[in-house]
Amino acid sequence: MKSLAELQALRDKMKNNMGIRSDDTGNIRVVVGMATCGIAAGARPVLQAFTEEVAKRNLQNITITQTGCIGICQYEPVVEVMEPGKEKVTYVKMTPEKAVKVVLEHLVNGNVVAEYTIGAAAK
Amino acid sequence: MYRAHVLVCGGTGCTSSGSARIIRAFEEELRETGLQDEVKVVKTGCFGLCALGPVVIVYPEGSFYSRVNPEDVKEIVDEHLLKGRIVKRLLYTETVQEDQIKSLSGTDFYKKQKRVALRNCGVINPEDINEYIAYDGYQALGKVLTEMTPDDVIDVIKRSGLRGRGGAGFPTGVKWSFAKASVDDQKYVCCNADEGDPGAFMDRSVLEGDPHAVIEAMAIAGYAIGANQGYIYVRAEYPIAVKRLEIAIGQAREMGLLGKDIFGTGFDFDIELRLGAGAFVCGEETALMTSIEGHRGEPRPRPPFPAVKGLFQKPSVLNNVETYANIPQIILKGPEWFASMGTEKSKGTKVFALGGKIHNTGLVEVPMGTTLREIIEEIGGGIPNGKKFKAAQTGGPSGGCIPASLIDTEIDYDNLIAIGSMMGSGGLIVMDEDNCMVDIAKFFLEFTVDESCGKCTPCRVGTKRLYEMLDKVTKGEATLEDLDKMEKLCYYIKDNALCGLGQTAPNPVLSTLRYFRDEYIAHVTEKRCPAGVCKKLINYSIIADKCKGCTLCARNCPVGAISGTVRMPHTIDTAKCVKCGACVEKCKFGAIVKK
Repeated sequence: MKSLAELQALRDKMKNNMGIRSDDTGNIRVVVGMATCGIAAGARPVLQAFTEEVAKRNLQNITITQTGCIGICQYEPVVEVMEPGKEKVTYVKMTPEKAVKVVLEHLVNGNVVAEYTIGAAAK
Repeated sequence: MYRAHVLVCGGTGCTSSGSARIIRAFEEELRETGLQDEVKVVKTGCFGLCALGPVVIVYPEGSFYSRVNPEDVKEIVDEHLLKGRIVKRLLYTETVQEDQIKSLSGTDFYKKQKRVALRNCGVINPEDINEYIAYDGYQALGKVLTEMTPDDVIDVIKRSGLRGRGGAGFPTGVKWSFAKASVDDQKYVCCNADEGDPGAFMDRSVLEGDPHAVIEAMAIAGYAIGANQGYIYVRAEYPIAVKRLEIAIGQAREMGLLGKDIFGTGFDFDIELRLGAGAFVCGEETALMTSIEGHRGEPRPRPPFPAVKGLFQKPSVLNNVETYANIPQIILKGPEWFASMGTEKSKGTKVFALGGKIHNTGLVEVPMGTTLREIIEEIGGGIPNGKKFKAAQTGGPSGGCIPASLIDTEIDYDNLIAIGSMMGSGGLIVMDEDNCMVDIAKFFLEFTVDESCGKCTPCRVGTKRLYEMLDKVTKGEATLEDLDKMEKLCYYIKDNALCGLGQTAPNPVLSTLRYFRDEYIAHVTEKRCPAGVCKKLINYSIIADKCKGCTLCARNCPVGAISGTVRMPHTIDTAKCVKCGACVEKCKFGAIVKK
C-alpha cells in the first residue's frame, strides 16, 4: 500500500461485506421462505441465486435472509422483498432464473416484476 | 458474498469455556448442509458479557445466543441458518420479552454503554486486517501523515482531554508534548500491556479484539513525538493477545502500514513485541522500560522522567493499551466529539471489568461520570441471591473500597481520589454482606507483599509488617493501638516508597479503615468477624432442638469433629473443627449455625 487513496479504496470494498453486521434497518430485505414446503419446492437454489446475483452486481444495503412457512405452501418457493417505506412485494413459484430477473428489475431498477407476484398468480 | 455472518467470541473468557470447539462445530455443520459458501464464521474479540459465554451472534438478524454448547450448533444451523427460525431457547433471556426479540443494543447490559475503546471488540475478526480497514482502520494514521503536523496532532490530543487509562490519569497530550520537546537522535513509543491488577482484563480484551487500533495509535504517537520504533510490553500470560498482536503486526507490515515510507510520506515506523514474565512491578513505567532493555524489572527514581530519559536512556512515551485505543477515533472524529463525553476534568469513556458478587460479570464501557449505582444495578444486573451491596473495590491493589453510602458517586479520576480510592486500570470488584473488609484488605496486601520487587525498604519491609498486623486483626489478636500503628505505617509507606507500587499499596487498608472501622473494631474488641469470614473468629454449633440426629453432618465432616448417637442431637468439637462449612451445607434441618 503506497497511498491513502489505496487504503480508502480497500476500505470501501471491504465495507460492503461488513454492512450485514450493523443494526441498520434501512436495508432492503429479501426474505426467502425456507420451511419444509419451501425447501421441497426448491427454495435453496433460489436463495443461492439471490446471494450470487447480489454479490455479482456488488449491490449494497441488501439483506438476504430466510423465514419459515407463511401459509401459502402451494405457491412455494415464496420470496418477499421488503423495502423501508414501501409496500411488501410477494413473489411466488420462484426459480433461480426468476430470481436473477428480480434482482435486475426490482432491486437494481426499482421496478416490481408484476408477472411473478402473488397477485398475478392468483388470477 | 455471504448472506449471514456467525460471530463467535474468541476472547479468553469464551475460549476457556470452549468457543474454539463451537467454531469447529459450525464449520463442520455448515459443510455438511452445504451452506459453507453462504454463511461465514468469524472469530471475534470479547463482547463483554463474559458471564454468559460462550457467546454467538448471528447476523443479519443480530440474534444473541448465550452459553452455547457444541451440541447446540446443529440446531442453530438446521433451524436458524437453513430455515430462518431463530432458536429461542438459546437466546440471551434479556433479549426475549413477551415473545418479542429485542436487539442486543436494547438490553440493560448494553444500552447505557458507550463503546469507544471497545468499539470493534466483538464486531470484527481481529486476525483479518481487512475487517479493521472496513471500519475506518488506519484512516487516522493516513490523515495524520498527510494533513497534520506533529504539533497539530499533540494539540488535538490535548484538546480532547484524554487522560492516561492505566490508572494515574496524566493528560496524554501533555505527556506527548514533553517527549516531542526533548531533542535526541532516537526516540521510542512504548505500550504498557502489562495488565496486572487482579480482576482487570480490559487491556487484554482490546488486544485480543482490536489489536490494530493499538498499532495504529502507536504509529500516530511516533509521528507526533518523532520516533520510528515502538515496543509493546505484553505479559506472556496473555497468549491469545500475543498471538493476535503478532498476526496484526505481520499484516500491517505486509500492507506497508508499518515499516518504511508509510503512505509514501517518508515516515518510518515499526513495532516489536516484548513479553513480560508477569511481575506486577513491571507495569510501573520505569520498571517496564528497564525490563524491555533486558534487565531485571526494577523501578528507578524519577526525575528524569521517561519523556526526557526513558527507554535506552532516550526520550520515550509510554501509554496504556486503552489510552491508545481511543486515539484513532479522536483523530477522525475530532477532539470536541471526545470532550463532549464525560465530566469536566475526565473526558471520554472508561472500560471497567466487572467482577465479584454481580450478575453480569464482564467488560463494560461507560462515559466518565456514570454513577456506581448505574454500573452495578443497571448494567451489571445487581447482586445475586438477594444479598445487599456492601462495597465496590476499584483500582485493584492500588485502589480502595467505595462503601454503599457512596454508591451515587459519579465515577471519574478526581472523584475517586477524593473518596480515597483511584481509577486504576478499571477493575471493579463488587462485594456483598458476606465479604469481610479486613479480609479484603489482607487479600490485596498479600498480593503486594508478593509482588514488591524489593528494591526499596518501605515497600519490601513495610508491606510485610502491615500484612502481619492485618493477620493479627483477622485472628482476633490485635489491640486498638495496633490499628493506630497500622494507619501510621500506611502513611509512612506511602510517603517513602520509590515507585507507584509501594506508594499506593496501603490504599486498600486505609480506605477500609476509613469506611469500615467498625468492622476492624469488632475483630479487635469483640473478637468477632461480622461477615463470618475470618476462620479464627467463627464457631459452628448445633442447635439441639432442631437436630434430628440424622448423622448426615457427622458422616460428611472431613475431620471427624461431629459426634453423637443416631436420633439424638449431635455436637461439634470446636477444637477439632476446621470451619469448612461442609456440615451447614449438608444439614437438611437448618440446625447448624455459624457465629
